[in-house]
Amino acid sequence: MDRVFQSLLIVAVLWTWWPSTIRAVSHEDQTQLLAAELRCPVCQNLSVADSPSEMANQMRDVIREKLQKGENPDQILAYFVSRYGEWILLSPKREGFNWVAWLLPFGAILGGAGVIALIVRRASKKGRGSDDEKQPLLDPRYVQRLEADLRESER
Amino acid sequence: MATWKKLIAPIIIIPLLLLLAYGFKTNPREVPSPLVGQPAPLFALSVFDGGKTGSEQLRGKAVVLNFWASWCFPACYEEAPDLEAAWLAYRERGVMVLGVDIQDRDAEAKAFIERFKLTFPNGPDVQGKISIDYGVYGIPETFFIDRTGKIHYKHVGALNEKLLQAKIEEML
Repeated sequence: MDRVFQSLLIVAVLWTWWPSTIRAVSHEDQTQLLAAELRCPVCQNLSVADSPSEMANQMRDVIREKLQKGENPDQILAYFVSRYGEWILLSPKREGFNWVAWLLPFGAILGGAGVIALIVRRASKKGRGSDDEKQPLLDPRYVQRLEADLRESER
Repeated sequence: MATWKKLIAPIIIIPLLLLLAYGFKTNPREVPSPLVGQPAPLFALSVFDGGKTGSEQLRGKAVVLNFWASWCFPACYEEAPDLEAAWLAYRERGVMVLGVDIQDRDAEAKAFIERFKLTFPNGPDVQGKISIDYGVYGIPETFFIDRTGKIHYKHVGALNEKLLQAKIEEML
């Protein structure tokens, strides 16, 4: 079960990190995938793929043209970075200080999971206190009845 | 509670709050251009009154390359008279003022030129390639290109007479 889970995890990580443009077939697919990696300069909270602005449309045309000329995805992204700067990329490059942006969420999740595990562990330790402390209080009438029945059964 | 436990929350939260405060102070529109100091991208432009111009024709001149549109109000409207004044003042000293009209309609663009009586060349960037090549993201944007063809300065927003004069003089 552990091995199956590990294998699935590796596949999931690779699928996320492996450049999706490699998996694309047509120029149009590649255009859309590359456009999805670029920030629209006009509607800056949208990608070039999603933005309805004329500038985004023109940028998609530029991407399409460059693909048809034989440029690869890295070259095309590098072109836009050389013109606009790194902010044109929707995801920061995986280098230098940018690694903080990539790894911090995982660190926060692991840290949070660790805190939760610690809290649960402490709570369960308190829960397993001495038997005397946790013995529920019984009605004396039931205790007498129980003892009488036990004596009867032993005869 | 141990001292280190009391300090964990402030140690994590305070730097995050400082980072947030710094972020709120910065203007997301003031993005430095990677093109400043680099050779200006080559371009060719057909102008509204016929004829063509471009990097070839501008070689050896100091160029004020202004990106604008008729719908760009009020900034483009504010700077148009100053650009025309700069053109008239400096054309004899080897300075070229050139307007690139983006994402616009010819009729409106020509009306804008007529309104401000602009005499420097203006032409449409039909497919947006020139504006993308120059990393234009929010007009008006103006590039000051020196005589060696390098981008000396980029300005985002409306220009004024004082700034135009200063930047042109730096290139001469």
